[in-house]
Amino acid sequence: MSPLQGCLLVSALLFAIGFAGAVSRRHAILALVGIELMLNAANLNFIAFWRYGAHPEALTGVMVVIFSIAIAAAEAAVGLALIIAIYRQYKTSNLDEVKDLKG
Amino acid sequence: MSLPFILIASVTLLAAAAAMSLRNLVHCALALTVTFAGLAALYLNLDAQFAGFAQILVYVGAVAILIVFAILLTRSGDTPNQAILAPGWIYGIAISALVFTALGWAVLNSSALPKPAAPAPEATVKNIGEWLMSKYVLPLEVIGLLLTAAMIGAVIIALREMKTKMEGDRP
Repeated sequence: MSPLQGCLLVSALLFAIGFAGAVSRRHAILALVGIELMLNAANLNFIAFWRYGAHPEALTGVMVVIFSIAIAAAEAAVGLALIIAIYRQYKTSNLDEVKDLKG
Repeated sequence: MSLPFILIASVTLLAAAAAMSLRNLVHCALALTVTFAGLAALYLNLDAQFAGFAQILVYVGAVAILIVFAILLTRSGDTPNQAILAPGWIYGIAISALVFTALGWAVLNSSALPKPAAPAPEATVKNIGEWLMSKYVLPLEVIGLLLTAAMIGAVIIALREMKTKMEGDRP
Protein backbone atom coordinates (compact mmCIF):
# COMPACT_ATOMS: atom_id res chain seq x y z
CA MET A 1 0.00 0.00 0.00
CA SER A 2 1.48 3.31 -1.05
CA PRO A 3 1.58 6.36 1.29
CA LEU A 4 -1.06 8.07 -0.82
CA GLN A 5 -3.44 5.15 -0.37
CA GLY A 6 -2.77 5.18 3.37
CA CYS A 7 -3.70 8.85 3.57
CA LEU A 8 -6.81 8.31 1.49
CA LEU A 9 -7.92 5.39 3.67
CA VAL A 10 -7.43 7.42 6.86
CA SER A 11 -9.42 10.25 5.29
CA ALA A 12 -12.21 7.88 4.19
CA LEU A 13 -12.46 6.43 7.71
CA LEU A 14 -12.51 9.93 9.22
CA PHE A 15 -15.28 10.90 6.80
CA ALA A 16 -17.29 7.78 7.71
CA ILE A 17 -16.90 8.47 11.45
CA GLY A 18 -17.99 12.09 11.00
CA PHE A 19 -20.96 11.08 8.86
CA ALA A 20 -22.09 8.42 11.34
CA GLY A 21 -21.91 10.92 14.18
CA ALA A 22 -23.66 13.68 12.24
CA VAL A 23 -26.67 11.52 11.35
CA SER A 24 -27.00 9.37 14.45
CA ARG A 25 -26.42 11.65 17.46
CA ARG A 26 -29.31 13.61 18.97
CA HIS A 27 -27.42 16.66 20.08
CA ALA A 28 -27.19 19.60 17.66
CA ILE A 29 -23.61 20.48 18.60
CA LEU A 30 -22.46 16.95 17.84
CA ALA A 31 -24.08 17.09 14.41
CA LEU A 32 -21.99 20.20 13.73
CA VAL A 33 -18.87 18.43 15.06
CA GLY A 34 -19.51 15.57 12.64
CA ILE A 35 -19.71 18.03 9.76
CA GLU A 36 -16.39 19.55 10.88
CA LEU A 37 -14.82 16.09 10.85
CA MET A 38 -16.06 15.49 7.30
CA LEU A 39 -14.58 18.83 6.19
CA ASN A 40 -11.27 17.88 7.78
CA ALA A 41 -11.29 14.56 5.96
CA ALA A 42 -11.67 16.45 2.67
CA ASN A 43 -8.77 18.73 3.65
CA LEU A 44 -6.57 15.71 4.34
CA ASN A 45 -7.39 14.42 0.85
CA PHE A 46 -6.34 17.72 -0.72
CA ILE A 47 -3.02 17.71 1.17
CA ALA A 48 -2.33 14.07 0.27
CA PHE A 49 -3.03 14.59 -3.43
CA TRP A 50 -0.90 17.74 -3.43
CA ARG A 51 2.00 15.93 -1.74
CA TYR A 52 1.99 12.79 -3.88
CA GLY A 53 0.38 14.02 -7.09
CA ALA A 54 1.78 15.63 -10.18
CA HIS A 55 2.96 19.27 -10.16
CA PRO A 56 3.40 19.81 -6.41
CA GLU A 57 5.20 23.08 -7.14
CA ALA A 58 1.88 24.72 -8.07
CA LEU A 59 0.75 24.59 -4.39
CA THR A 60 -2.89 24.11 -5.43
CA GLY A 61 -3.76 21.68 -2.65
CA VAL A 62 -2.30 23.86 0.09
CA MET A 63 -4.17 26.90 -1.24
CA VAL A 64 -7.48 25.03 -1.32
CA VAL A 65 -6.90 23.79 2.24
CA ILE A 66 -6.15 27.31 3.52
CA PHE A 67 -9.36 28.68 1.98
CA SER A 68 -11.30 25.65 3.19
CA ILE A 69 -10.09 26.18 6.77
CA ALA A 70 -11.28 29.80 6.60
CA ILE A 71 -14.69 28.76 5.27
CA ALA A 72 -14.97 26.07 7.97
CA ALA A 73 -14.28 28.66 10.65
CA ALA A 74 -17.06 30.89 9.29
CA GLU A 75 -19.39 27.89 9.12
CA ALA A 76 -18.65 26.90 12.71
CA ALA A 77 -19.31 30.44 13.97
CA VAL A 78 -22.65 30.75 12.19
CA GLY A 79 -23.70 27.19 13.06
CA LEU A 80 -22.99 27.58 16.75
CA ALA A 81 -24.79 30.95 16.80
CA LEU A 82 -27.80 29.18 15.24
CA ILE A 83 -27.63 26.45 17.89
CA ILE A 84 -27.58 29.07 20.65
CA ALA A 85 -30.56 30.87 19.07
CA ILE A 86 -32.46 27.56 18.78
CA TYR A 87 -31.66 26.80 22.42
CA ARG A 88 -33.11 30.15 23.48
CA GLN A 89 -36.27 29.54 21.48
CA TYR A 90 -36.96 25.92 22.39
CA LYS A 91 -34.96 25.48 25.63
CA THR A 92 -33.45 22.33 24.17
CA SER A 93 -30.64 21.42 21.82
CA ASN A 94 -32.02 17.99 21.02
CA LEU A 95 -32.56 17.85 17.28
CA ASP A 96 -35.63 15.58 17.55
CA GLU A 97 -37.55 18.08 19.65
CA VAL A 98 -37.04 20.98 17.24
CA LYS A 99 -39.93 20.36 14.89
CA ASP A 100 -41.77 23.64 14.39
CA LEU A 101 -40.77 26.14 11.78
CA LYS A 102 -42.42 28.96 13.69
CA GLY A 103 -41.94 28.80 17.43
CA MET B 1 3.56 3.98 5.16
CA SER B 2 5.99 4.92 7.89
CA LEU B 3 5.71 4.31 11.62
CA PRO B 4 5.04 7.99 12.53
CA PHE B 5 2.23 8.14 10.01
CA ILE B 6 0.59 5.00 11.43
CA LEU B 7 0.89 6.27 15.00
CA ILE B 8 -0.53 9.74 14.23
CA ALA B 9 -3.31 8.30 12.08
CA SER B 10 -4.40 5.80 14.73
CA VAL B 11 -4.42 8.47 17.47
CA THR B 12 -6.45 10.78 15.20
CA LEU B 13 -8.97 8.11 14.26
CA LEU B 14 -9.38 6.89 17.86
CA ALA B 15 -9.95 10.46 19.06
CA ALA B 16 -12.48 11.03 16.26
CA ALA B 17 -14.38 7.88 17.23
CA ALA B 18 -14.33 9.00 20.86
CA ALA B 19 -15.56 12.48 19.91
CA MET B 20 -18.53 10.93 18.14
CA SER B 21 -19.42 8.28 20.72
CA LEU B 22 -18.82 9.62 24.25
CA ARG B 23 -21.86 10.53 26.36
CA ASN B 24 -20.59 13.70 28.01
CA LEU B 25 -20.33 16.60 25.56
CA VAL B 26 -17.33 18.16 27.30
CA HIS B 27 -15.41 14.92 26.85
CA CYS B 28 -16.49 14.96 23.19
CA ALA B 29 -15.03 18.46 22.79
CA LEU B 30 -11.74 17.37 24.35
CA ALA B 31 -11.50 14.34 22.07
CA LEU B 32 -12.30 16.59 19.12
CA THR B 33 -9.37 18.83 20.05
CA VAL B 34 -7.09 15.79 20.02
CA THR B 35 -8.45 14.91 16.57
CA PHE B 36 -7.69 18.39 15.22
CA ALA B 37 -4.17 18.32 16.69
CA GLY B 38 -3.59 14.88 15.16
CA LEU B 39 -4.71 16.18 11.77
CA ALA B 40 -2.28 19.08 12.12
CA ALA B 41 0.48 16.54 12.84
CA LEU B 42 -0.57 14.62 9.71
CA TYR B 43 -0.26 17.80 7.64
CA LEU B 44 3.20 18.43 9.07
CA ASN B 45 4.09 14.81 8.30
CA LEU B 46 3.03 15.45 4.68
CA ASP B 47 5.35 18.52 4.38
CA ALA B 48 2.52 21.04 4.46
CA GLN B 49 3.86 23.20 7.25
CA PHE B 50 1.69 26.24 6.67
CA ALA B 51 -1.52 24.23 6.51
CA GLY B 52 -0.54 22.37 9.68
CA PHE B 53 0.04 25.53 11.67
CA ALA B 54 -3.11 27.13 10.26
CA GLN B 55 -4.98 24.01 11.39
CA ILE B 56 -3.58 24.39 14.92
CA LEU B 57 -4.39 28.12 15.05
CA VAL B 58 -7.90 27.92 13.61
CA TYR B 59 -9.19 24.55 14.78
CA VAL B 60 -7.40 23.84 18.06
CA GLY B 61 -7.35 27.53 18.95
CA ALA B 62 -10.68 28.87 17.76
CA VAL B 63 -13.20 26.22 16.71
CA ALA B 64 -12.65 24.01 19.78
CA ILE B 65 -13.06 27.01 22.10
CA LEU B 66 -16.19 28.02 20.19
CA ILE B 67 -17.66 24.54 20.63
CA VAL B 68 -16.88 24.58 24.36
CA PHE B 69 -18.61 27.97 24.63
CA ALA B 70 -21.66 26.63 22.79
CA ILE B 71 -21.77 23.61 25.14
CA LEU B 72 -21.67 25.88 28.17
CA LEU B 73 -24.20 28.40 26.79
CA THR B 74 -26.71 25.67 25.97
CA ARG B 75 -26.20 24.10 29.42
CA SER B 76 -25.46 20.68 27.97
CA GLY B 77 -22.26 20.00 29.89
CA ASP B 78 -23.86 17.34 32.11
CA THR B 79 -23.99 13.71 31.17
CA PRO B 80 -27.45 13.12 29.64
CA ASN B 81 -29.75 10.53 31.18
CA GLN B 82 -31.84 9.75 28.14
CA ALA B 83 -30.67 8.08 24.95
CA ILE B 84 -27.92 9.90 23.08
CA LEU B 85 -28.65 8.31 19.71
CA ALA B 86 -31.38 9.47 17.40
CA PRO B 87 -34.10 7.00 16.40
CA GLY B 88 -33.04 5.21 13.25
CA TRP B 89 -29.36 5.47 14.17
CA ILE B 90 -28.76 1.97 12.88
CA TYR B 91 -29.44 3.19 9.33
CA GLY B 92 -26.96 6.03 9.79
CA ILE B 93 -24.24 3.66 10.95
CA ALA B 94 -25.03 1.25 8.11
CA ILE B 95 -24.89 4.00 5.48
CA SER B 96 -21.59 5.32 6.83
CA ALA B 97 -20.12 1.79 6.82
CA LEU B 98 -21.32 1.46 3.23
CA VAL B 99 -19.68 4.79 2.32
CA PHE B 100 -16.40 3.70 3.89
CA THR B 101 -16.51 0.35 2.10
CA ALA B 102 -17.11 2.01 -1.25
CA LEU B 103 -14.39 4.62 -0.71
CA GLY B 104 -11.88 2.07 0.56
CA TRP B 105 -12.57 -0.29 -2.34
CA ALA B 106 -12.14 2.54 -4.81
CA VAL B 107 -8.88 3.71 -3.18
CA LEU B 108 -7.36 0.24 -3.03
CA ASN B 109 -8.31 -0.78 -6.57
CA SER B 110 -7.97 2.46 -8.49
CA SER B 111 -5.48 2.62 -11.32
CA ALA B 112 -5.84 6.40 -11.68
CA LEU B 113 -3.80 7.27 -8.58
CA PRO B 114 -0.52 9.00 -9.40
CA LYS B 115 2.64 7.00 -8.90
CA PRO B 116 4.62 8.18 -5.87
CA ALA B 117 7.94 9.33 -7.25
CA ALA B 118 8.13 13.07 -6.74
CA PRO B 119 10.53 14.50 -4.15
CA ALA B 120 9.21 16.56 -1.27
CA PRO B 121 7.80 19.77 -2.78
CA GLU B 122 8.74 23.22 -1.61
CA ALA B 123 5.88 24.94 0.21
CA THR B 124 7.55 27.74 2.09
CA VAL B 125 5.57 30.56 3.62
CA LYS B 126 7.24 32.91 1.13
CA ASN B 127 5.93 30.87 -1.81
CA ILE B 128 2.45 30.74 -0.34
CA GLY B 129 2.44 34.47 0.31
CA GLU B 130 3.51 35.21 -3.24
CA TRP B 131 0.77 32.98 -4.65
CA LEU B 132 -1.81 34.55 -2.33
CA MET B 133 -0.85 38.03 -3.53
CA SER B 134 -0.72 37.18 -7.23
CA LYS B 135 -2.80 34.32 -8.58
CA TYR B 136 -5.13 33.80 -5.62
CA VAL B 137 -5.75 37.44 -4.73
CA LEU B 138 -9.42 37.38 -5.73
CA PRO B 139 -10.25 34.29 -3.58
CA LEU B 140 -8.36 35.96 -0.73
CA GLU B 141 -10.56 39.05 -0.97
CA VAL B 142 -13.70 36.93 -1.21
CA ILE B 143 -12.65 35.00 1.91
CA GLY B 144 -12.15 38.28 3.76
CA LEU B 145 -15.65 39.39 2.77
CA LEU B 146 -17.09 36.00 3.76
CA LEU B 147 -15.44 36.10 7.19
CA THR B 148 -16.78 39.62 7.81
CA ALA B 149 -20.28 38.58 6.75
CA ALA B 150 -20.12 35.44 8.91
CA MET B 151 -19.01 37.45 11.93
CA ILE B 152 -21.82 39.99 11.56
CA GLY B 153 -24.31 37.21 10.84
CA ALA B 154 -23.28 35.19 13.90
CA VAL B 155 -23.66 38.24 16.15
CA ILE B 156 -27.08 39.09 14.68
CA ILE B 157 -28.38 35.52 14.95
CA ALA B 158 -27.25 35.17 18.55
CA LEU B 159 -28.75 38.57 19.45
CA ARG B 160 -32.17 37.87 17.97
CA GLU B 161 -34.07 37.39 21.22
CA MET B 162 -33.03 40.75 22.58
CA LYS B 163 -34.24 42.46 19.42
CA THR B 164 -37.70 40.87 19.47
CA LYS B 165 -38.04 41.69 23.17
CA MET B 166 -37.30 45.32 22.44
CA GLU B 167 -39.88 45.35 19.66
CA GLY B 168 -42.41 43.76 22.00
CA ASP B 169 -41.82 46.41 24.62
CA ARG B 170 -42.41 49.28 22.24
CA PRO B 171 -46.24 49.53 22.08
